[in-house]
Amino acid sequence: MSVSELELNEFRTEVSAWMHENNPKDPGFLLPQTFMEVGDERQLEFLREWQHKVWAAGYLGMAWPEEYGGRGVDPSFQTIADQEMRRHAVPISFNIIGLGWAGPLINDIGTAEEKQKYLKRILTAEDVWCQGFSEPENGSDLGNAQTRAVRDGDEYVINGQKIWTTMGNFAQYMILLARTNPDTPRKYDGLSFFLSPMNVAGVETRPIRKLTGEYGFTETFFTDARIPADCLMGEEGQGWKIAMQTLQYERGAEAGAAGGQMMVRVTVEDMINELQGVSRDEAAVLDDPLLRDELVRAVMEEKSQILGVRRGAIPGLSSDYPGSLLLSGKLRMSESTRRMRQLAIKLQGAEGALYVGDEEARQGGFWQRAYLNSFSSTIGGGTSQVQTNIVAEHVLGLPK
Amino acid sequence: MIIGNTTLTLTEEQGMLMDVAREFCRDKSPVSAVREQLDTELGYDAGVWKEMITLGWTGIALPEHCGGSGLGVSALVPVFEAMGRALLGTPLLTTSLAAQLVMRAAGAAQESVLADIAGGKIATLALTEDADWGREHFAVSLDKNGTLSGMKRFVPDAAVAELFVVPVQREGELVIALVGASQLPAGAIRPNTLIDETKRAANVDFTGVSVDENSVISGGQVVNAINDTRLIGALLVAAEATGSAGACLDTIVDYLKTRKQFGKLIGSYQALKHPTVDILIDTDSSRSFIYHAAAVVGDETLDRDGEIACRMAKAQATDTLLQAGDRAIQFHGGMGFTYECNAQLYLRRAQWSQQQFGDAQHHRTRLAKLLLD
Repeated sequence: MSVSELELNEFRTEVSAWMHENNPKDPGFLLPQTFMEVGDERQLEFLREWQHKVWAAGYLGMAWPEEYGGRGVDPSFQTIADQEMRRHAVPISFNIIGLGWAGPLINDIGTAEEKQKYLKRILTAEDVWCQGFSEPENGSDLGNAQTRAVRDGDEYVINGQKIWTTMGNFAQYMILLARTNPDTPRKYDGLSFFLSPMNVAGVETRPIRKLTGEYGFTETFFTDARIPADCLMGEEGQGWKIAMQTLQYERGAEAGAAGGQMMVRVTVEDMINELQGVSRDEAAVLDDPLLRDELVRAVMEEKSQILGVRRGAIPGLSSDYPGSLLLSGKLRMSESTRRMRQLAIKLQGAEGALYVGDEEARQGGFWQRAYLNSFSSTIGGGTSQVQTNIVAEHVLGLPK
Repeated sequence: MIIGNTTLTLTEEQGMLMDVAREFCRDKSPVSAVREQLDTELGYDAGVWKEMITLGWTGIALPEHCGGSGLGVSALVPVFEAMGRALLGTPLLTTSLAAQLVMRAAGAAQESVLADIAGGKIATLALTEDADWGREHFAVSLDKNGTLSGMKRFVPDAAVAELFVVPVQREGELVIALVGASQLPAGAIRPNTLIDETKRAANVDFTGVSVDENSVISGGQVVNAINDTRLIGALLVAAEATGSAGACLDTIVDYLKTRKQFGKLIGSYQALKHPTVDILIDTDSSRSFIYHAAAVVGDETLDRDGEIACRMAKAQATDTLLQAGDRAIQFHGGMGFTYECNAQLYLRRAQWSQQQFGDAQHHRTRLAKLLLD
């Protein structure tokens, strides 16, 4: 399917105008910057309403089939819509596990019944999805997951515990990785993948209070929880393969995701703009030579990330250490974000010690909370230290 | 806005030059050949230099009507990256910069000079006078009778240069004097002993040399041309340093994969593994910056984007090489403390690169003005 430049440009104008017009006003409470920060019902309902509105306007799931709530158009339209959402800094599309992972997976390998049942309600935000991969004893070592699923007639009986379930207390469904066979020679071959309902007896969630004092994740306990056997996706033993496929969709609309805005982007420029009027030694903080040096370093880090993406797309400039830019992407981005937010607090002077809840905190304590939350990315999805091992072993070929 | 231009491309010409230059450097400048030149007077193999001229490298960034290829500075970046990777010296760097300064300051008025350089005449840029790379006013001067006085320091490849391109002060005005090697009195050149034994430089005393009016470039373009040449110098040294950092990383990785201690390959220890990944990430970042700068620097006067790009490239690349060289010594243990270990070549190159056209701190200070004020 080829789309004309003109058509895309016209679409960009249209979606930009809509975002400008409909970008919700400040609700009077801090909104989550990522889908991992939805801590209470108030935030949930606000974001649910917003996502529904974006979908109803036709700017979400654009490349998904019409019969399942999409528009069936070329993915380049969704990419443009996503860019405009970022540019207008609208609230996040919070149902990311559904939009970005479960949805595209169902679209690609699900049965007609599964598509009919799940896809549209993901887009409309009627069904919130969560992910049950990590376990307390198996954080970075996902392949070793021990939650059991035992077939019993028309049902599977689930026992075990998952942790870091984003929005587990709000979700209707979970993509669940569980072990159907504990005796396979390779641990990966005993895993199976389920589209598992959360509202059944024996599934309990316990919200985890984060270092920010807020919520966003749960622990999820399965105690003889019975789910229909047709919740199994694919065959028994294919769980690892399907889980790995699920992680591929992160690359965005072109890869099948429904689109939307995953996180509110916070840039060095936002930080610098926020510093106008801050004084240090009776002069503007931006005049302090040592802090200026730190700020330039921060700008360079951010620019380097953007340039790295550009260079990674040019084969002639990315073949020296194949996979380097790709495999180190999460590590670089999350660490640089963490450092930048840490700097943002330091630059505030004495006011940097205030926190969310103090009416005099700069931007309601936005940066303080953002810094504490930034560890979700340097730890979640493989800690920076594990990521560094991966790069060392897979890119540089260093021994385990 | 503060992030600004993020263009990054690889043209077909750049890609071809990259392939050719990498193969040439691998072939002509293995580390054994680099070591053979460490204590020679020239510091490079004259035969290799001749081949580089034949390949057209001295004219890559010069206009076609001067016998060049008209590809601009952007096409020099992959060449210097390849040379840096192989630690290949030669006067190409200073010759290219001397040519850039003449071209930018005089253009058509000095076409024959540019044609000679494109054809292989060795030129050098005699810019620095003291420890301050940021100095905008020069002590070396040209009086109204056309006589020079004063000394330039750290003049690259002065011993072999046939033409010296010398920014000087003439009655309150910045001008550029073109001085032939034969005009220098005996003893005017006193070689420096450099920390990087693959490079050559000297102090050159121009006192008493007469320059005729045709060999003086003056006018409104001179100041911009000097500023831009400093920035392009920073970029090309950054390209070289990026190549060297890549080679240094390879040296570290090879050792970590073969050396055993306490019964294990030392590359399995995270205390060595993790900082090595940091070097990879910094090298990746350097490459992104130099090719971004290559994409935004053209033949015209550098704009704000071009200046920012060159300064970021230099700030990133030489700091990266400093860290890579420093850790290369440490990770080689006792071996790293020997002259025989190649790690010292990179560490010495790193120290030299840092001091060309301003270190990282210098460029970040200038960047702060551009980005924050």
